[in-house]
Amino acid sequence: MFILMNLFIKQLFRSFLNLVPILAVVLFFQILIVQQPIPEVADLITGTFFVILGLTLFTQGLEQSLFPLGESMAYAFARKGNLFWLLTFAFCLGFGTTIAEPALIAVANEAASIAAKGDIIEKTAVAQENYALGLRLTVALSVGIAIVIGVLRIIRGWPLPYLIIGGYCGVITMSFFAPSEIIGLAFDSGGVTTSTITVPLVTALGVGLATSIKGRNPVTDGFGLIAFASLTPMIFVMAYGMLI
Amino acid sequence: MIESLNHFAKTLLTTCRDVLPIAGIIIGFQLLVIRRPLPHPKKMLIGFLYLLLGIAFFLEGLNLALFPLGNLMADQLTSPEFLGIDPHQSPSWVSYLWVYVFAACIGFATALAEPSLLAVAIKAEEISAGAINALGLRLAVSSGVAFGLALGTFRIVTGTELYLYISISYLIVIIQTLFAPKMIIGLAYDSGGVTTSTVTVPLVTALGLGLAANVPGRNPLLDGFGLIAFACLFPIIAVLGYAKLAEWRSTGSPFSKH
Repeated sequence: MFILMNLFIKQLFRSFLNLVPILAVVLFFQILIVQQPIPEVADLITGTFFVILGLTLFTQGLEQSLFPLGESMAYAFARKGNLFWLLTFAFCLGFGTTIAEPALIAVANEAASIAAKGDIIEKTAVAQENYALGLRLTVALSVGIAIVIGVLRIIRGWPLPYLIIGGYCGVITMSFFAPSEIIGLAFDSGGVTTSTITVPLVTALGVGLATSIKGRNPVTDGFGLIAFASLTPMIFVMAYGMLI
Repeated sequence: MIESLNHFAKTLLTTCRDVLPIAGIIIGFQLLVIRRPLPHPKKMLIGFLYLLLGIAFFLEGLNLALFPLGNLMADQLTSPEFLGIDPHQSPSWVSYLWVYVFAACIGFATALAEPSLLAVAIKAEEISAGAINALGLRLAVSSGVAFGLALGTFRIVTGTELYLYISISYLIVIIQTLFAPKMIIGLAYDSGGVTTSTVTVPLVTALGLGLAANVPGRNPLLDGFGLIAFACLFPIIAVLGYAKLAEWRSTGSPFSKH
């Protein structure tokens, strides 16, 4: 019990070190540049403690559940050797985690209000809701497809750079044709889709697959799933903007 | 006290709701397709509880401490009064120097604290048997985010076209890919997406919208977007560059054991 406690305190301290830069930046700018007193110091201290505690628990949970889970599923699928179910799982994972992503919901609503102001869609609540939902479905679909392509790549051993560079060319080409209102949003949508739970799970899945398939190296082949997941939404969102 | 407890319970509930689809998919596939019991179910359940609690505490803490302060500062730093700018004139980009510095600093600091990046860095160190250093990777990514955000705020101030920056950065990434050590490429591409989640996105969005609202001639709805794209792109360049540097320094095999 004592050793466990000691370990926990050590981890707390490590999490604290991760936060030091943020605190330093905020305090530096607040005190020296903006020169305004910090409002609600008590909240700041409690909040910081919460963040440290949260980070510590998160890393602990990661090592205990999410990493082993992703890997054990990857091994199980590889042993089963059923490509169809593996790809279905990959798609569900990408689609399911993205459709519920809070950051994406916020951005989609924001985009709907822009579209309404820009007279792209009607200025009614129904039209905006439909637009936002359509956008979320588009992004979720694109992430699902991205994970499927990424998993296929690991299994078949396709070289990652060609696929990514091909994707980049697709993004650039699309940005010439897409309406200018959607471009900023489209470029941003790649970043908002990858949440705190998805990233570790998908990474563990990729690394686990690359470890269990003969001839694949976990370091060179295991990564790259997230890269696809942040690339395809850009293309799909621009296509969505062109269609509507 | 009761109010804050209530608020925490709500955050915990929201976190559970966000995790629900993932849990559903995993349990569904585990039961229906894999049909094998989970290894160490008890340990995993406890781990999952840690995870939920951890994320809830993390979000609650951010809402209490960092987000209000970050938003306030983004607002203060971009206000014409602070920058000493006549709102009727179109100011030169140099007047916004502090904004770029702040964007770079906050980008660096938030990326360093980002839980997703931490997860990937731990994994990378683990599977490369320590050849890839977790802290080194996180520092490289954070520097990338810092530069990306500084450039992104510069773009908002000058109002130049987003796709020009993106196209040129893509070109740099492609050229770097040709020369980078092979083992880092996948990880480098991934590091673009992982930097922007829980901490970075809300703070950066506030900064972008505040800036676009305060700079004359910019439309917050159109120019406010695009910062996250920069924060996603430059870590790739930074990690590829970092790997190349490490390779040069250790001449011979990159990331060889020390």
